[in-house]
Amino acid sequence: MADTWSKFIEYLQIPFVRYALIVGVLIALCASLLGVTLVLKRFSFIGDGLSHVAFGAISVATVIGLSNDTLFTMGVTVLCAILILGGSRYTKIKGDASVAMISVSALAMGYLLMNVFPTSGNVSGDVCSTLFGSALILTLSKEDVILCIAVSVVVVLLFLFFYNKLFAVTFDGDFARATGTKADIYNLIIAAIIAVIVVLAMNLVGSLLISALVVFPAMSAMRVFKSFRSVTICSAVISVLCALTGMVIAIVAGTPVGSTIVVTDIAVFVIFSIAGKITGRTV
Amino acid sequence: MALLKCTDLTLGYENIVLTEHLDFEVNAGEYWCITGENGTGKSTFMKTILGLRKPLAGTISYGDGLEKNKIGYLPQQTQLQKDFPASVTEVVISGFQGKTGLRPFYTKEEKAGALKNMERLGIEDLSKRCYRELSGGQQQRVLLARALCATGKILLLDEPVTGLDPKATEELYELIKKLNREDKITIIMITHDVEAPRKYATHVMNFGEKITKEEISSGRYMV
Repeated sequence: MADTWSKFIEYLQIPFVRYALIVGVLIALCASLLGVTLVLKRFSFIGDGLSHVAFGAISVATVIGLSNDTLFTMGVTVLCAILILGGSRYTKIKGDASVAMISVSALAMGYLLMNVFPTSGNVSGDVCSTLFGSALILTLSKEDVILCIAVSVVVVLLFLFFYNKLFAVTFDGDFARATGTKADIYNLIIAAIIAVIVVLAMNLVGSLLISALVVFPAMSAMRVFKSFRSVTICSAVISVLCALTGMVIAIVAGTPVGSTIVVTDIAVFVIFSIAGKITGRTV
Repeated sequence: MALLKCTDLTLGYENIVLTEHLDFEVNAGEYWCITGENGTGKSTFMKTILGLRKPLAGTISYGDGLEKNKIGYLPQQTQLQKDFPASVTEVVISGFQGKTGLRPFYTKEEKAGALKNMERLGIEDLSKRCYRELSGGQQQRVLLARALCATGKILLLDEPVTGLDPKATEELYELIKKLNREDKITIIMITHDVEAPRKYATHVMNFGEKITKEEISSGRYMV
């Protein structure tokens, strides 16, 4: 045990391990904030959907040789998020169907592009790391970290600023609209925030596991807590702790970062479910 | 001046007209019941008054100090609300949301207002409880308290007693009556109930009457 610990301390000396921990915690925090809203709006899979869009966008950026692909990816993903979430009240294709269609299209086209115009010799390796995050988190540059910190701060501030409005709009959109809240604008803000989070989170857990970051902390918190505020705070805490634990285990035991974090989230969900049953707090 | 004045209103969807040539005025303190079969445009009518939907033709004007955003609304409950983790206080105070503009948090006055409205409806001791664990009647009171936060003048209620047992139904009707008689809040209520219009309403509007008359004259229904 002492051996493992000293090994961990040793790892902490390496800058990219520190970067990974900072980025991981921030992303986990941001992803958990909108979890409750998305789960209740039946958009649990939006994270998956958008990450496939981001995957498509990254492929396009790689093929046309864009130097700064993060900004391009974010732009495209935000646009698709607005199409899916913001438009759902007006379009004929709704909810999960629109998520499925947009995400699968982007995934297919992205993979096709990467195969037709391969930029590196190892296409399946590239694809695999985009899908599962793999070692990407440990290869972050200083610029990546700064961008991630900046975006996270903006996301958290936006969330705090619009917290009461998000509650009103999610709980009862019609009532909010009828009493003069500009619900459509806030839905767009939700869409934009979640898209930005997804693009950031792809580095951490990869595009297949993003939904876990969004959904699990919120679901765990909802097992035990009853008010919107306590659920939000609890899910943020759970998410950060799971990400930290997951990353530490991954670094020390040499397991894949993304999957380890998700497994930690699952474990916490099980614990909270049992706790909810025992204390009789779940309905 | 009337609170609400509808002139030659035509309601419906893109190319389906539900109701035409609706002309009427609602004055302060009145109690309107809107009845009629499903699909005759009752809910559409309510959503049009609330500004959630545009009328196909005609105008709605608001007067007597009533603004479009100051209408209290008790919508039909959605599935989402039944899962939502929210305390009663959180739900009630969200009725003030329309008035906050860009301000991110609620003021002291708004918090006090929410408490006052909870007391008015006798739910102050539920304030810390979880909304989704309340009984149907209690939930409707919470939503009513929220609607009161948004308005002091007029309440629009869309089938408020659906799914309630007879006792809870009676209590909710009495509460609405009290708000109408004592606090002079104008009520417009959609209901399937036969008793309520007769017992409480000052005005009754029956949607889809035309169709009913034709059906009666065609002999499909015995009167």
